[in-house]
Amino acid sequence: MEDELYRENILEHYKHPRNFGTLDPCTIHHKENNPICGDAIELFLIIEKNKVKEVKFSGQGCAISMASASLLTEKIKGMSIEEIKKFNQKDILAMLGISLDTLRIKCALLSLKTLNRSLELWKN
Amino acid sequence: MKLPEKIRKDFSVLRQKVNNKPLIYLDNGASSLTPDCVIAAMDSYYKEYRSNVHRGLHSLSEKATIEYEKARQKVISFINAEEPEVIWTKGTTESINLLAYTFSKKLVKGDEILLTEMEHHSNLVPWQQVCKHCKIQYIKVTPEGYLDLNDFKKKLNKKTKIVSLTLMSNVLGTINDVKMITEEAHKVNALVIVDGAQGIPHLPIDVKVLDCDFLAFSGHKMLGPTGIGVLYGKKKHLQSLDPFLYGGDMISEVQFSHSFWNDLPWKFEAGTPQIAEAIGFGRAIEYLQSIGMKNIQEYEEEITKYALEKLQKIKGLKIQGPKDSKNRGSVFSFTIEGIHPHDLATILDREGIAVRAGNMCAMPLVTEVLKVGSVCRASFYCYNTFEEVDALVKALQKAQEIFHGR
Repeated sequence: MEDELYRENILEHYKHPRNFGTLDPCTIHHKENNPICGDAIELFLIIEKNKVKEVKFSGQGCAISMASASLLTEKIKGMSIEEIKKFNQKDILAMLGISLDTLRIKCALLSLKTLNRSLELWKN
Repeated sequence: MKLPEKIRKDFSVLRQKVNNKPLIYLDNGASSLTPDCVIAAMDSYYKEYRSNVHRGLHSLSEKATIEYEKARQKVISFINAEEPEVIWTKGTTESINLLAYTFSKKLVKGDEILLTEMEHHSNLVPWQQVCKHCKIQYIKVTPEGYLDLNDFKKKLNKKTKIVSLTLMSNVLGTINDVKMITEEAHKVNALVIVDGAQGIPHLPIDVKVLDCDFLAFSGHKMLGPTGIGVLYGKKKHLQSLDPFLYGGDMISEVQFSHSFWNDLPWKFEAGTPQIAEAIGFGRAIEYLQSIGMKNIQEYEEEITKYALEKLQKIKGLKIQGPKDSKNRGSVFSFTIEGIHPHDLATILDREGIAVRAGNMCAMPLVTEVLKVGSVCRASFYCYNTFEEVDALVKALQKAQEIFHGR
């Protein structure tokens, strides 16, 4: 059964998330929560020569937040920090291939929020 | 004729489609719907006698004061309290904050406060933050979702000054034996505060029978408007407590150096109150009484039994809380294997079904006791039908098809 929100690719990433796990040692790791629903994502990054050499994530959440983290980590592997910083809400939704209402948009953006905060912490 | 058939016509809000499906409102634990008569009562305040209470020496203000105080009388008779024992607040949360702040001044180091593991944040965070000089203990919840009464007896002692607990869990649906707990607590001279936010809308309650010292509840969970609630307290306790908020209306005399407080209950009501909301709440209580709380309780027992039976047949579905329809309200928190509660809520919403997903403002219970990240919750009220239970079951099966295939 096909659903416009729960498309095959989202369910696939939810059931089999890419880069799921932890990295120890790593350059930086950071966790963010979505207090409304209890979703949590922790990102682990190894940064070398201003590029993401390796990335993993762990946590729990709905299909949207997990698929978005899975897709995002796939995307940023090997990318430069400058490129990553240009990511915005539109890119994430394009990556997921869906449009979302305001209630669920936070789920989709939790991984990006965690990534941005990680990079801020790393810079400091 | 079942109860909903008689009353659904009174709720205009029910006559609508959500996502092209007839609305099935199962989020009553968060907030109930409001019948047209309640809206009309508030409307007539704004259209006919809009003015302040207890102040103006003019006809409109007199009418407003009469209607506002009449609403209070309705609450008093609804819970069988006495004249000065009912205070208007913003809601259950404010009622409990009022108690936590005023009691924090009376409690000393070494005093203990006994709560339960099934409390809503509103009956946990105020005590945790305001009474830091006291020891807070939590009565355990059994794996079946009931209060562990042995643990209660173990933790209740002479140092216990306050026992504060919910009448009905907003997650598990468990109805606690508050009368028995009050009897035990009084033996060690502890005061009992009851969070009635979930229980009062669904059960006939008599504070003289319960014998609790305080009872807090909210209008918006029992067909009334938002922004209005009640704190009931035994007169002798309310007299001995300091005011919580200061300002107009709560004083009898003010000098530059000091002030004297107004009589009960106005001592606790500073500033211009929620006049329309109080009047609306009064009308909601009248409406509930016209249905009869006993009838509501009986009908909800029936629908609880039906829903428990139907929901438990869904493969992979786990209900949190008692599986026996006795001493349990019609609130069902559940998880389905392999589907996050948020995704469930979204899929149900597309079928026109409103439920809640998350930690239900009872995060310690959900994450530390039940050990799940979040749950999906369907909570019923007197206007919900058996057909709506069937629709819920069907939509949950659809969610399973989406996630797991046929």
